[in-house]
Amino acid sequence: MTLYDQIHLAWQALTGHRLRSGLMLLAMAIGVAAVVFLTALGEGARRFVVGEFTALGTHLVMVLPGRNETTGGHPPLLGETPRDLTLEDALALERHPAIRRVAPLNVGSAPASHGRREREVTVIGTTAEFLAVRRLGLTQGRNLPAAAREAHPVALIGEGIRQELFAAGERALGGWLRLGDRRFRVIGVLRSEGYSIGLDIAELVLIPVASAQQLFDTSSLFRILVEARSREDVKGASDAVRRIIRERHEGEDDITVITQDAVVSTFDDILSVLTYMVGGVAAISLVVAGILVMNVMLVAVSQRTAEIGLLKALGASPAHIQRLFLTEAVLLSLMGAAIGLVVGYGAVVALRTLYPILSASPPPWALGAATGVALATGIGFGVLPARKAARLDPVQALARR
Amino acid sequence: MIRLQDISRHFVIGDNTVHALDRVSLHITAGEYVAVMGPSGSGKSTLLNVIGLLDRPDDGRYLLDGEDTTTMDEVRLAGFRRRHIGFVFQSFHLVPRLSAAANVELPMVLAGIPAEQRRRRTTAALEAVGLTDRAGHRPEQLSGGQRQRVAVARATIMGPAVLLADEPTGNLDTASGMEVMALLETLNGDGLTLILVTHDASLGGRARRMVKLLDGRVESDERLSTGPESTP
Ligand SMILES: Nc1ncnc2c1ncn2[C@@H]1O[C@H](COP(=O)(O)OP(=O)(O)O)[C@@H](O)[C@H]1O
Ligand SMILES: [Mg+2]
Repeated sequence: MTLYDQIHLAWQALTGHRLRSGLMLLAMAIGVAAVVFLTALGEGARRFVVGEFTALGTHLVMVLPGRNETTGGHPPLLGETPRDLTLEDALALERHPAIRRVAPLNVGSAPASHGRREREVTVIGTTAEFLAVRRLGLTQGRNLPAAAREAHPVALIGEGIRQELFAAGERALGGWLRLGDRRFRVIGVLRSEGYSIGLDIAELVLIPVASAQQLFDTSSLFRILVEARSREDVKGASDAVRRIIRERHEGEDDITVITQDAVVSTFDDILSVLTYMVGGVAAISLVVAGILVMNVMLVAVSQRTAEIGLLKALGASPAHIQRLFLTEAVLLSLMGAAIGLVVGYGAVVALRTLYPILSASPPPWALGAATGVALATGIGFGVLPARKAARLDPVQALARR
Repeated sequence: MIRLQDISRHFVIGDNTVHALDRVSLHITAGEYVAVMGPSGSGKSTLLNVIGLLDRPDDGRYLLDGEDTTTMDEVRLAGFRRRHIGFVFQSFHLVPRLSAAANVELPMVLAGIPAEQRRRRTTAALEAVGLTDRAGHRPEQLSGGQRQRVAVARATIMGPAVLLADEPTGNLDTASGMEVMALLETLNGDGLTLILVTHDASLGGRARRMVKLLDGRVESDERLSTGPESTP
């Protein structure tokens, strides 16, 4: 019996019992669709969270003054006062090939006023690179000036600040903003990101780092944000940061370097495991489908006893019979898997349309796994009925009507 | 060609043992036309199943073409059935979802014969049984006589040496029964060994040899003078 004939005969048997075949297809399809949909959901959640961190900059290396024994923690609160980080330290990092951008940071709060309106604001002194490093944008105006060492009296303000300090209809761009005892001209308004973690952009005021140092009367930096050229470069960049600063600090290791990579990969791992888990739970429904396939195939064997007897009389060996019934089970599983993939994908597309943020899509392994499990259960649970058919005594089988 | 030596087959049902075949010895040579007769339950079907290698005797030896079949495994027996033996049953046993042509093709499919050759042989076989125009019909669309003719075409498509017919006319009206008998006898005339189980004496009388069974034993085994001359 050739493979083609085997499949053809099995196919005819399946189409000859439409209801039964349909039910088994349905069970398989639901199982596979569940795997596809649920893993897509898990994968979407993972991508969403990882994406949020990436928005903060996965290639980000944070440089803090003060040494910490265990990297990745906070700088020590006690002990000798560490050497300060300076703007020159930050600018010295810029030239390293593993480093794309450097944003020195000074943070403080100051009373801000415009006309008669006044409030306390968080002021960040930084350079033009900051926006790129933190993936921020502007709704109006332009970025801070490129020259880091010059104390220009200009500011970027968050949307919240603009609304509070400027009257409705009043143009903020070009307007004056008083911070402490200095005046800054507003040159841009920050775009409020919908989903940003850890930073309330709407409530920020950004000014050039040199201006901030004058405003807060300091020569040191709060921290330096370093963006590596790629995710692979993060290690090289943090090594470079340590080496360059050590050279500048007379051989002292007095800074702490934190990479965001570690945090992201932790979340990544947790959510990946979660996806595997929901995938596994969905796969159980496939096994249930497999049991249904077995049950229905067993019924099929007893319904088709006479036919099996006939095939044996015509010279079918037990192996022939077994292959025919197994092929039926495999065909059903494959078609069920195919339908399930289509339905599952349809559901995923629908989900993506409803919740674009999730960017749900099943991980490639889930497609393979769902099809694999469907096939494995089809074959696994098809073997028993097929064996039973192959072992039927032809004389008794033919006698049954 | 077919040599049964002290073949016994018994079935145990509860406390009872039924001797369906009780030390049956028979020698049937190629090309014979044998009628097997006897009352219901006398072991006719069991004998046919043993000869057709569907059933194994519990005792005795069965030589087919000089080979001892009692020691063969399932796979070899299946191969023998496929190549050398054709079955025709009282209840036709066509696969209901397959067309007449597909039913005739089945043994060739199992034997792995290429599709093109299968089609040619099927067309010829259906023509030989006068059903060329019914090739695409499913069994339910055929009359009883037509179904049995499809079954005969299927049983002979592999060019077997022996055709075993178990009450082939039992479910047919007289006219269609006669058609089927004529068909079988034509095949026998072409050299096919024909073993026909029947309890209709007028049909049995058409054979050239009659074996009568009673309670699993050969009651009589005689050559008949009336040959197939009565065949139209
Ligand atoms: N599979 C079986 N199990 C039990 N008894 C059987 C079986 N097959 C046949 N018999 C018994 O063996 C005897 C002969 O049966 P069978 O060969 O079918 O007779 P016939 O075809 O002459 O009517 C009967 O008594 C029948 O009940
Ligand atoms: Mg009988």
